[in-house]
Amino acid sequence: MFLGLESWTLARPEIFLAVATGLLLMYGVMRGEVATPFVSAATSVALLATAALLFLPYREGTAFASLFITDRLTTTMKALVLVGSAIAVLMSRAYFEQVKAWRFEYPLLVALATLGMMLMISANDLMALYVGLELQSLALYVIAAFQRDSIRSTEAGVKYFVLGSVASGMLLFGASLIYGFCGGTAFVQISRALLDGKAGEIGTVIGLVFVVAGLAFKVSAVPFHMWTPDVYEGAPTPVTALFAVAPKIAAISLMVSVLMGPFKPLFAQWQQIIVVASILSMALGAFAALRQQNIKRLMAYSSIGNVGYVLLGLASGSEKGIQSVVFYLAIYVVMTLGAFSIILMMKRRDIMVENVSDLAGLGKSHPLMAFAMLIFMFSMAGIPPLAGFWGKLYIFMAAVEARLFWPAILGVLASVVASYYYLRIVKVMYFDEATAEALDLPAFGVNRSVAFVAAFLVAAFSLAPQPLSLVAAAAAKGLFP
Amino acid sequence: MSSWPILSLVTFLPLVGAFFCLIVNGPKEAVDRNCRSAALVTSLATFVISLLLWARFDGTKASFQFEETLAWVPALNIGYHMGVDGISLFFVLLSTLLTPICILSSWDAVQVRVKEYMIAFLVLETFMVGMFCALDLALFYVFFEGVLIPMFLIIGVWGGKRRVYAAFKFFLYTLLGSVLMLLAIIAIYWQIGTTDLPTAMEKLNLPFRWQFWLWLAFFASFAVKVPMWPVHTWLPDAHVEAPTAGSVILAGVLLKMGGYGFLRFSVPLMPEASQYFAPFVFGLSIVAIIYTSLVALVQEDMKKLIAYSSVAHMGFVTIGIFVMNMQGVQGSIFQMLSHGIVSAALFLCVGVVYDRMHTREIAAYGGLVHRMPRYAFTFMFFTLASVGLPGLSGFVGEFLVLLGAFKANTWVAFLAATGLILGAAYALWLYRKIIFGELTKDSLKAILDMNRREITVFLPLVLITVWMGIYPNSFLDPMAPSVDKLIGDYNAALKLARTAALAP
Repeated sequence: MFLGLESWTLARPEIFLAVATGLLLMYGVMRGEVATPFVSAATSVALLATAALLFLPYREGTAFASLFITDRLTTTMKALVLVGSAIAVLMSRAYFEQVKAWRFEYPLLVALATLGMMLMISANDLMALYVGLELQSLALYVIAAFQRDSIRSTEAGVKYFVLGSVASGMLLFGASLIYGFCGGTAFVQISRALLDGKAGEIGTVIGLVFVVAGLAFKVSAVPFHMWTPDVYEGAPTPVTALFAVAPKIAAISLMVSVLMGPFKPLFAQWQQIIVVASILSMALGAFAALRQQNIKRLMAYSSIGNVGYVLLGLASGSEKGIQSVVFYLAIYVVMTLGAFSIILMMKRRDIMVENVSDLAGLGKSHPLMAFAMLIFMFSMAGIPPLAGFWGKLYIFMAAVEARLFWPAILGVLASVVASYYYLRIVKVMYFDEATAEALDLPAFGVNRSVAFVAAFLVAAFSLAPQPLSLVAAAAAKGLFP
Repeated sequence: MSSWPILSLVTFLPLVGAFFCLIVNGPKEAVDRNCRSAALVTSLATFVISLLLWARFDGTKASFQFEETLAWVPALNIGYHMGVDGISLFFVLLSTLLTPICILSSWDAVQVRVKEYMIAFLVLETFMVGMFCALDLALFYVFFEGVLIPMFLIIGVWGGKRRVYAAFKFFLYTLLGSVLMLLAIIAIYWQIGTTDLPTAMEKLNLPFRWQFWLWLAFFASFAVKVPMWPVHTWLPDAHVEAPTAGSVILAGVLLKMGGYGFLRFSVPLMPEASQYFAPFVFGLSIVAIIYTSLVALVQEDMKKLIAYSSVAHMGFVTIGIFVMNMQGVQGSIFQMLSHGIVSAALFLCVGVVYDRMHTREIAAYGGLVHRMPRYAFTFMFFTLASVGLPGLSGFVGEFLVLLGAFKANTWVAFLAATGLILGAAYALWLYRKIIFGELTKDSLKAILDMNRREITVFLPLVLITVWMGIYPNSFLDPMAPSVDKLIGDYNAALKLARTAALAP
């Protein structure tokens, strides 16, 4: 098979990231632990440089005999993933230094996971998809357990690994069924086979169901969400921040490109599955979080709920639906990173605390920090004029236009329930008197800057959602040429 | 008409003050002092500019004036479209009037977190004014919901003992209603491809089945805000726990958002459904008037009593809106304005004694007239205005509503009129308990009468109440063309629907 230069230029961000990671790994191995600060910073730079390469210059097309595709949608999603990962790496330093787990492998594993995500997003073939997914998953299993001397972290890693493998197995099984019935793994082949009348065959549908189930696990949609709260709670906090952002976007992007791409002819079949998963996720995300005391666990349920809204946009199956998915995800990334930057600043006498009640009296002791968190929480609750509202509005507009009335009604009702626990955080910060000693003053550093920038971005999106919606519209064009 | 964006100025000027409060820094006393003054100055400036709005308003036109249009989110066809007509003009004025009064009234009462308090009030003012000016459904929703954030904080941070409960109840109740309205707005958008209100009024022509559901969705939101029985239960809690100024805004402006919403959205966009549901609204309103008046009679907390009386008074408003004739609608708007002034003043009256005694229990007072003659006069004045004494503002609204209701349905008018008697009963009972009688309680022996600042707070309200009662035409005339158009369009739409139904 002849691979032209075109293939290499299309994949140049991925290649750059792979080479950079390899070089940094060698450097780290040779220099040992002293290399950690440099490797960490360099990885973030490499991730951001990769993001820049996506657009300098922007190219689209398929490469490597159609295994790999880039278009507006994949590029936008990759940019979100890369920025999310880069910031997550930057945010992790203080935490790992304090728990004495500050090793150069961590940023590199994140970079490898990100590489896997990029491959997933760009996959144009079930095999490529699987390879990308596994590269991502394996790296993530390791970093979930990265804090080796913590039982909870190790437990989280093992849980994630076992359940993740099951999901991968399901996905692979579904892929093999599809291969069997459609006669190929390339998306083009599948879609041609489906259009030629294979769509009616039960084997294809079963294969689709398994693939969707495997992907639903990766985005932690109900009923495949069970791992999420435990892993989020157990994993080191910066890792949780990463989990809440990058892999989610990659998996959702993958879901979009698989379902809206080759399986478009089976829309009626997968729409039912996605609608049900969406409603259940929104409901569970809302109700299960009500009584959570641990803020990381709460964020886990919150992320399940958010995935529910994204899936509702996907279930619309229209151009507007995909736009709303991109739009929502972009805002979600900003809010989530902002919220986690605050959580990472929750320290008392240099020990990380992670209960909601530890925030008591924050409004008095740390007005700015509390105000930033207030913005994130109201935004996540979807209260206008904050950015989260626009995301939800976009999603519901798409859903109503696709005549998904009941899911939309249930969705808004779930958002009311969910607003309760976001408000509870505001209540704890502003209404409750501090019971224990005040939290430490956050040091100048990455987390403070991230919180500040994220709050600023949320405010900016709130007032001017137009630029972001143009980005989303351009991205969705990729699927609707 | 005007070349500069006067509505945006009125809407966003308070944010300038809020921003100033945000950045001001220094020792606590200085910060508090500066924030108070800054908030007062900005809100007064806003009020003055809004008066200009009234001066330049052309009272002979029914259309929207001072319109401003800006493509805000062209991708979704959401525009920044502002404008006022005779219906919304006075609500804007009401909001800009009450905010400086609130700030002045909390001058000494609020001592903790003054900076945040002032910011919250100024932001709240922006949202309130913006909501009454918005002529785009999505923009309206943004302001309508945005109000919740500062109000939630005001109740929760500066409220009484059960403030957390009250704040959550307020927020979740209102949000639950509003999200359904959001879906209805999206459905309208889906039908006509834009959220622009004037366009929607022109183009939207929904079949009855759709109107039915959309009306209910809007109703869910507005009925909670009004509040109508049986979804009024958040109001007594919110009022009791909110700080005085919070109650003032809540009763004075926030409750009006529901009535305004009915007039601005439900009736023009869904005329058939409005007609269909009118008896339902009458039923709920009458229950509200009679039931909540009876409940008010047995209250032990002053604020709770006034809160229940608000529900009853707003019952008149909803009746007036849905009888859909000139007297009814004008009466209900007038009643809202009058209630905005009078109930706000009553809450301020409670605030005066609360600041001194730190209790709102009716039983803790009695015989105040001996120590506080000025206070006794003010309280009596507003009690009578609330009861509907001819010559004061309350009378005009209630009279017009009853007149309109009588034309439409005698029984509705009859039952609603019983509310007047009950209203007089509980209001006068409250007054007697607090002001008259012997001054026996030791704690009250040293109580001081109103000081100069408090008199300044009440003076404008007294004057306006008298003005509205003696010469209501300065308010009724500018709103007449708009109301006329509203009713005309409504009847035309109904006629059209009827002929369509008769056609083979």
